[in-house]
Amino acid sequence: MKILVCISSVPDTTTKITFTNDNAQFNSTGVQFIVNPYDEIALARAIELSEGGKGTVTVINVGEAETDPTIRKALATGADDAVRVNAKPRDAWFVAHQIAKYAKENNFDLILTGRESIDYNGTQVAGFVGELMNIPSVSIAKKIEVQDQTALVDREVEGGKEVLSISLPCIIGVAEGVAESRIPNMRGIMSARTKPLQVIEAVEVAELSSVTKFETPQPRGEVTLIAANEPEKLVELLHSKSHVI
Amino acid sequence: MSVLVYVENTAGEFKKSVFEVVSYAKAIAGLLNTDLTAISIGTVDPSNLNLLGQYGASKILNVNSDQLKSFVSHSYASVIASAAKSENSAVVILSNSFSGKGLAPRVAAKLEAAFAPGAVALPEISGNNLIVKRVAFSSKAFAFTELKAANKVLSLTPNSFELKVDQVQPEIIDFDPQLTNDLNTIIKDIVRSTDKVSLADAEIVVSGGRGLKGPENWGLIEELADALGAATACSKPISDAGWRPHEEHVGQTGISVQPNLYIAIGISGAIQHLAGVSASKTIVVINKDPEAPFFKVADYGIVGDAFEVVPQLIAAIKSYKAG
Ligand SMILES: Cc1cc2nc3c(=O)[nH]c(=O)nc-3n(C[C@H](O)[C@H](O)[C@H](O)COP(=O)(O)OP(=O)(O)OC[C@H]3O[C@@H](n4cnc5c(N)ncnc54)[C@H](O)[C@@H]3O)c2cc1C
Repeated sequence: MKILVCISSVPDTTTKITFTNDNAQFNSTGVQFIVNPYDEIALARAIELSEGGKGTVTVINVGEAETDPTIRKALATGADDAVRVNAKPRDAWFVAHQIAKYAKENNFDLILTGRESIDYNGTQVAGFVGELMNIPSVSIAKKIEVQDQTALVDREVEGGKEVLSISLPCIIGVAEGVAESRIPNMRGIMSARTKPLQVIEAVEVAELSSVTKFETPQPRGEVTLIAANEPEKLVELLHSKSHVI
Repeated sequence: MSVLVYVENTAGEFKKSVFEVVSYAKAIAGLLNTDLTAISIGTVDPSNLNLLGQYGASKILNVNSDQLKSFVSHSYASVIASAAKSENSAVVILSNSFSGKGLAPRVAAKLEAAFAPGAVALPEISGNNLIVKRVAFSSKAFAFTELKAANKVLSLTPNSFELKVDQVQPEIIDFDPQLTNDLNTIIKDIVRSTDKVSLADAEIVVSGGRGLKGPENWGLIEELADALGAATACSKPISDAGWRPHEEHVGQTGISVQPNLYIAIGISGAIQHLAGVSASKTIVVINKDPEAPFFKVADYGIVGDAFEVVPQLIAAIKSYKAG
């Protein structure tokens, strides 16, 4: 089984988000970038599914040379080889076209992405790639098993789950619970240096949307403290002041 | 041309988030001086379809075929895209629900539309473009995305737009999308816990963290949630430890929620936790440590031991509810 895992490089989760250029651009100064946490789970699941000679795992990233450390980390974690599409990941539509093109040419059985990236939170790539390749997609999966040419997937739905049986090839967005993300060990880190990382050029894609500016949420006012033995005061405020109960 | 809104049913019923998305779509239709058409897929009673008229849907396309009894994203996307074409709808709106998240990008790709996922406010019109405010950086920021293609798809974050009654008498039309899709997806089973308020739909969320010490103490959280008609949630270490199921984990790497009221008990307020909950309208924090970072982003705080405060709070709520 050939598995492709799409990984993106995102600001570390502790990053305080600020903007520059009149709030038109994310301020990446001093920001530490990590593999998107959901993509790490996808990678861990792909490695589990391929272990014991059952398959191979390729990771793909759309990014400029600065994302190479992120890709090397994925290789150190256990991917067999990697591809970087050499371009700024302008938006999900652009990224999806690059992934779809590479995947079409290389006949993967299963493509995994994280359910969303923690920077732009679009949950877009799996659906876009599914459509561009005309294959089934699941955007938020909580469990993935593969049997022969079929993926058995638990899809998250409001208040529960749906159990799906999907013919391969397909693309699945991975959520928490699918696998435990893995930390590379020393041997992995050593071997990652010699694993193949192929750099390919991007295809052109029409720009359909762009971010005009960013905004940070309004800070809340001062907290109103209520004495521990007077919870009825809290109930009263929630009712008459905040109108939420 | 009209604005098209997809109305998702849950076992034949429409939830509040559906009426929100209809209200939102109606407001956009108003901005564009056009009408609102809704598309429903699956078996929904006409009396339920008529409810959509309360929020301004003047035409309802009803797709009721055996092939489409349950949700499959690629076939549903085909149906919605073909409805958009036959209605000449350049703007298509969906809810950013779990199913909507699977569906909206496929609809957008089919229509080669510009796509704004997770809208939180009405768009601004700029020539032929729409500028949409949406969530980014796990609710740590908003991005204003300009949709520049002729076709546009927006998905609305639940609980971010007020319902607005705008009564019309809808015309219900059977719509036959003529599917030719042969992609193979079979739904084997649907498991829904119906006795609980689901987190994504909840207006009130009661959430517990490590301060509760162990899973045996979750009765407190559940009792408070019951008293308020709330859903329950937890911080990441709680689901990692298996005290609670993963689907209750909120935060940057869990579910993002924005209920009217979020009550955090024994949760410190780490940046990753706050990312998923800070858009809640009102936040109450109960923590024994007055220095807990969560108090900085709370509206109301009680400094105290959860095991003493929560039972008293439950009693106070019960007596308030009893009138
Ligand atoms: C990549 C990454 C992603 C993450 N994503 C998430 C995420 O999505 N969601 C998330 O929640 N976390 C996430 N985390 C973890 C996050 O950093 C915190 O570790 C976590 O939120 C802390 O959980 P907590 O508040 O329950 O526990 P703690 O930080 O241990 O806080 C427990 C709190 O309980 C209080 N307390 C103790 N006893 C009592 C008592 N008797 N009564 C009242 N209060 C009491 C304490 O004062 C303390 O404030 C992530 C971390 C990383 C590195």
